[in-house]
This record gives sequence, structure tokens and C-alpha cells, in this order.
Amino acid sequence: MATEAKLDPMHQFQLEKLAGADWNIAGYNIAFTNSALWMAIATIALIVFVAGGMKRAVVPGRWQMAVETFTGFIDGMLAANVGKNGKKYVPYIFSLFMFILFANFLGLMPLGVVGVHAFTFTSHFSATGVLAILSFAIVLIVGFSKHGLHFFSLFVPHGTPVAMIPIIFVVELISFLVRPFSLGLRLFVAMMAGHVLLEVLSSFVISGGNNGPVMFVIAGVPSFVLMIGICALELLVAGIQAYVFALLTCVYLNDAENLH
Amino acid sequence: MPQIAQLGEFYASQIFWLLVFFGITFFVVGRGMVPKVMDTVASRDNQIATDLKAAEAARAQADAEEAAWRARENANRAQAHGFIADARAKAAAATAERIAGTQARLDAEIAAAETRIAQARRNAAAEIEDVATDATRDILSRVAGLSLDDTAVRGAVKENLVHG
Repeated sequence: MATEAKLDPMHQFQLEKLAGADWNIAGYNIAFTNSALWMAIATIALIVFVAGGMKRAVVPGRWQMAVETFTGFIDGMLAANVGKNGKKYVPYIFSLFMFILFANFLGLMPLGVVGVHAFTFTSHFSATGVLAILSFAIVLIVGFSKHGLHFFSLFVPHGTPVAMIPIIFVVELISFLVRPFSLGLRLFVAMMAGHVLLEVLSSFVISGGNNGPVMFVIAGVPSFVLMIGICALELLVAGIQAYVFALLTCVYLNDAENLH
Repeated sequence: MPQIAQLGEFYASQIFWLLVFFGITFFVVGRGMVPKVMDTVASRDNQIATDLKAAEAARAQADAEEAAWRARENANRAQAHGFIADARAKAAAATAERIAGTQARLDAEIAAAETRIAQARRNAAAEIEDVATDATRDILSRVAGLSLDDTAVRGAVKENLVHG
């Protein structure tokens, strides 16, 4: 039974209660799970990383340079997508980007070698959905507080013929409302697909090895080589998905901040 | 698919802990640390811009000073040239004056000498006349036994000396 579970590619996404199985808030159970543990690890790693770049030296060292590169990257992204008003969103976008980036990278760490199993909480839509709804909520709050009901003009592009306005409004409204889902699901799907692929390929290596040397050479070795390539690809995807999440949040914020 | 299969059991925990840890990230890292890091970058950029501006100003000042020095140097050189030309002109004038003075003195001396020579010649001619008159009178008295008037003899001698 235990060996079967190991070859189940979905097993890695299994949530387990580590502590507080009976912790409840207003009737909702908030047990501390392996997912919550890796959220904590990502948070601590991020705090350590950024704290290491806080020497505030005029001539930065390598670590400070790395941290400043990330803040400069986020600052530049907001300046390019939102403009001068985007500066105030740097703390949020930076937190969002770095939190997802660290979560993705930590989930890819080959810690299985030392017997610890990394858990990628960004492969759960219950986690990515919260981040997506958070971003969407900020867009709504900024949009309505800045432009009031005029924010609805976002759904009527410039130059729409009067006869087309009702239909266009509905289409635009739907595409707007789909944003939080696409935002959350994109990250969840990309992370889950990569991890499933790696798990399936590694199960090929193991089953190939179990079925004798011939099968190992035919199926096991090529799968292993492919895995190495896919690992590199997954590292790229981990960065890109964090970037896409942050970039789309910037684009949506631009809609709210600079209504056309 | 545990994401769906376990959703009912764990969604509250997932949402709660994500909000907790993302909240910590946002407030500690995003609000606490990132502004300081950005501040450092901004102050560094500021300092670099200030330093560049100061360097630019210093260079402009150095250029201005060099131009001023060059102008001063050119003026000094022109003045020196003026002095040299002046001195040369003055020296030439003095030399010309001295030459003229010497020339005048020499001319005067030559003129005086010539006058003296003419005087001497005239004296010599008068003496020759006297001697010739005396000699003529002596000859006449000895040879012809004539005692002639001095004035007549002199007139004859003079006539013969002039026409002879």
C-alpha cells in the first residue's frame, strides 16, 4: 500500500494535518498542515533574504545588490505598467511576486534526497485563489474609490457604437469577472502540471528499474535524462508564473488607477 | 486530485494560513523592509546625481579658469611684446640720435679743418708772394741796380703769380 502511494503522482499534493487538528475559528477548522508549514518556510526564507539586503551600504555587496535588483525589477514593472501612480503598490506587488517565487522554488528543491518532502502550496487553488481574490479585491477597491461608479466605463471601450454598448458591456464585464479565476488557476495549473510530470517521469525511472536492466535502459534512463531537462524548465516556469501573476496584477491595477 | 478531494476539509485552513503568512510577508517585508531598500537605492542614485553635477560644475569652473588664465597669459604676452618693441624703438632712436650727433660734430670738425687748410694755403700763398717780391726786388737791385717801389714790385709779382 505504501509503495503504491509513492507511485501515485497526485500523492505529493496531499494535505496532512501536522498540528492543531482541533483548532477552530467560528466553527472552521484551521489545522496547521504541511501546506501551512511551507508557507511559513517561504515567509521566513523571504524575510531572511530581504533582511540580508538591508545593510543600506552606499556601495552594495552581492546580497544587497540581489535584493535591490528585485525591488528595482518590481519598481520598473509598476512604472512601465501603471506609471508614476504605481509606486505605492511596490510593497504589495513585491510581496506577491517574491512570496510566489519563493513558494515555487522551495517546492522544486530536491529535498527528497535527505528525506524531507517539499510541498508546493502554489499547486493548490485554495491557496492561489486567495492571492488572486486579494489582487482582484485591491483592483476593485482602488477602482471604485478612485473613480466611483465611473469605474464601470472600463467595460465600454472608447469608440464603441451606441447600439453595441449593452452587448460589449456584458462581454467586457464577463472578461473582467473571469480575471481572478484565470489569475489563480493559471498559477495552480502550471505548478501542478510540472510537478505531476516530474512525478510521472520519476515513476518511469523506478518502474523501469524494477522491471530489469533492459527496461531500465529503454525507459528508465531516457526518462531520467528528460527529467533533468524538465527540472530546468520547471525552474523557468516557477519564475515565469510568479512574474505573470505579478505582471497581470500590475495590468489590472493600471485599469483601476488610470481609467481610460 | 487532493486539491478538490480535500477541499471541504482543508479550505478554511488553507485560506487562514495563507492570509496569515502572506500578511506577515506583506507587513514585515513589503511594508517594513522594501521601502528602506528602495530608500537606499534612491539615496544612492541621488548621491551619484549630485556627485556628477558637482564634477560637472568643477569641470566647468576649471574650464573657465583655464580660459581666464589663457586670456591673462595672452595679454601678458602681448604686453611683453609691446615692451620689447618699445625698447627696440627707443634704442634705435637713441642710436640714430647719437650717430647724428657724432656726424654733426665730425662735419663741423671737417669744415673747421677745411677752413684751416684754406687759411694755411692762403697764408702760404701770401708768404710766397712776400718771398717772391723780396726776391724780385733783390734781383732787380743787384742785376739792374734799380731800386723799385715795393708796391710796384708786389703788383708785378702778383700778376705773374696769378697768370704764371
